[in-house]
Amino acid sequence: MKGVRHYPGFLPMAVACLIILYAPLIVVMIYSFNGSTSITTWGGFSWRWYADVFTGPEAPRFKAAAWNSITIAVLAATTATAIAVAASLAMIRGGRFRGKSATFALINLPLMVPEIVVAVACLIFFTTIGLTTGYLTILIAHITFCIPFAYLPIAARLQGIEDTYEQAARDLYASRAQAFRLILLPLMMPGILSGFLLAFIISLDDFIITNFVKGAGMETLPTAIFGSVKQGIKPNIMAISTMMLAVSVIFVTLSYLVNRIGQRTRA
Amino acid sequence: MAGMTPTPKGNGTGYRSLVGPLLLPTWVVIGIFLVLPVALMAVYSFLTKEFRGGVIWDFTLAAYDQFFLNRGLFGDEPPTLEWTYITIFWRSIWQAALATLICLIVGFPTAWFIATRPPKARAIWLFLVTIPYWVNLLIRTVSLKFLIRENGPLNESLMSIGLITDPLPLVNTNLAVQLGLFYSYLPFMVLPIYAAVERYNFALSEAAADLYASRWVTLREIVLPVVKPGIIAGCILVFVPSLGAFLAPDLLGGAKTFMIGSLIDEQFRGSQGNWPFGAAAAMILMTLVLIVLMIYARAQTKGEAR
Repeated sequence: MKGVRHYPGFLPMAVACLIILYAPLIVVMIYSFNGSTSITTWGGFSWRWYADVFTGPEAPRFKAAAWNSITIAVLAATTATAIAVAASLAMIRGGRFRGKSATFALINLPLMVPEIVVAVACLIFFTTIGLTTGYLTILIAHITFCIPFAYLPIAARLQGIEDTYEQAARDLYASRAQAFRLILLPLMMPGILSGFLLAFIISLDDFIITNFVKGAGMETLPTAIFGSVKQGIKPNIMAISTMMLAVSVIFVTLSYLVNRIGQRTRA
Repeated sequence: MAGMTPTPKGNGTGYRSLVGPLLLPTWVVIGIFLVLPVALMAVYSFLTKEFRGGVIWDFTLAAYDQFFLNRGLFGDEPPTLEWTYITIFWRSIWQAALATLICLIVGFPTAWFIATRPPKARAIWLFLVTIPYWVNLLIRTVSLKFLIRENGPLNESLMSIGLITDPLPLVNTNLAVQLGLFYSYLPFMVLPIYAAVERYNFALSEAAADLYASRWVTLREIVLPVVKPGIIAGCILVFVPSLGAFLAPDLLGGAKTFMIGSLIDEQFRGSQGNWPFGAAAAMILMTLVLIVLMIYARAQTKGEAR
């Protein structure tokens, strides 16, 4: 029965949805290969703006920003994932305990409070305790708001793993640590990887909170791009945008593949 | 996997006794670096501003007074309601609500269409809708600005096909901010509705069709009530971030499109800022969001009770 599933006009709407989502990205991608210095006229295909990103006058600034962004994202995502793995073991395998729903609310709190509010609160907090703003403050803020993003896929995965495997291991005299390391951890791995990738992208993506707590002189890629864009959209920004776009697409593809492998091993 | 009921009770796997230590990092990190800062922000909203940016530890209601009341230029006139900031909040709520509505109008048909594809095509569509969600929001907003700016590709192509004679002045208008919000959060609307439609039992629609209900009557009377939780979740996911959005109004809008995010941001920039006032505005924003979330939670528990 195809009839009840079909609604006239829904296909054009879905196509329109994709066009709206992709048109700006594709246009910027095309213009990043524009050989002309003007952003309005087309001067033939060229790699010059990509070369400009790596060797041009702004290159040192972008390189430093990219290094900060990537190291912060790796450290924040790793820490948040470790915290989320521990939390999911307690929440899913710990049975009922007092304060469980409060803990659940706490884990999800960074998702519920608007970003700008988190940004203001972090700035006020770091200023009050006298922690000079910079790399460390960005890292701490990122770890905090990455926790729910890492937690959700990990907890979802753990929920679907029966405890019979671990019980069998324990019956065969495996210690709790061995049962975790040899049985549960490998089973949880697809969830842990998706959680890590999600947290990594969320950290790399963040602008508002970083912009508040970074302090003077410290830049991540989004804040550096924002600073440049304030003076107009230059072609080198389009080249950076296209490269970041490519990184995002690689990450979605990776997480998609990890999930597919995960679904196969779940049976 | 099918038919297997997960029984993750955890009895005998030995994690019961470890609950405390396992949750400690979560409590410490979120407690110290999120709950405590928000509490401190609440305290700051009752402090006195210092002119170099910062605060003096004297408790006062000045920030809220400034937000809601107008006491004249020298502060000695009888207070009347101050409209400046309420207008900014009202505009933000209106913009966010409109963005949510437009996302729903485009997102629902899209989600329905995707969920009714054969599995292979469904996976591809879903993949395509998910990619923009993973792309940096700043880059997407900048791209949109590039596309719709005065001499941008959109105006050029519209002019070249003769649809318009003069470029549309889109940037710095409410429409551009609206478009930016819609564009930023559209995937948030599609994904939860898709999840709800995917679980929808199409036999219900067939039964309605057998009883001579038209397509649209079926949609209104049967489908919408069943997938409502997905729709509400999508609306919340779009409305809440739109309300406090900073990038779309800042990059695509102008002075006339000032929203809460920019108002708060301005209070913490340099010596012109007013930290207690910024903290108070953030508190009011957070209260609004909590009210929305509480209405949502109540609607959900009601739905479960039925």
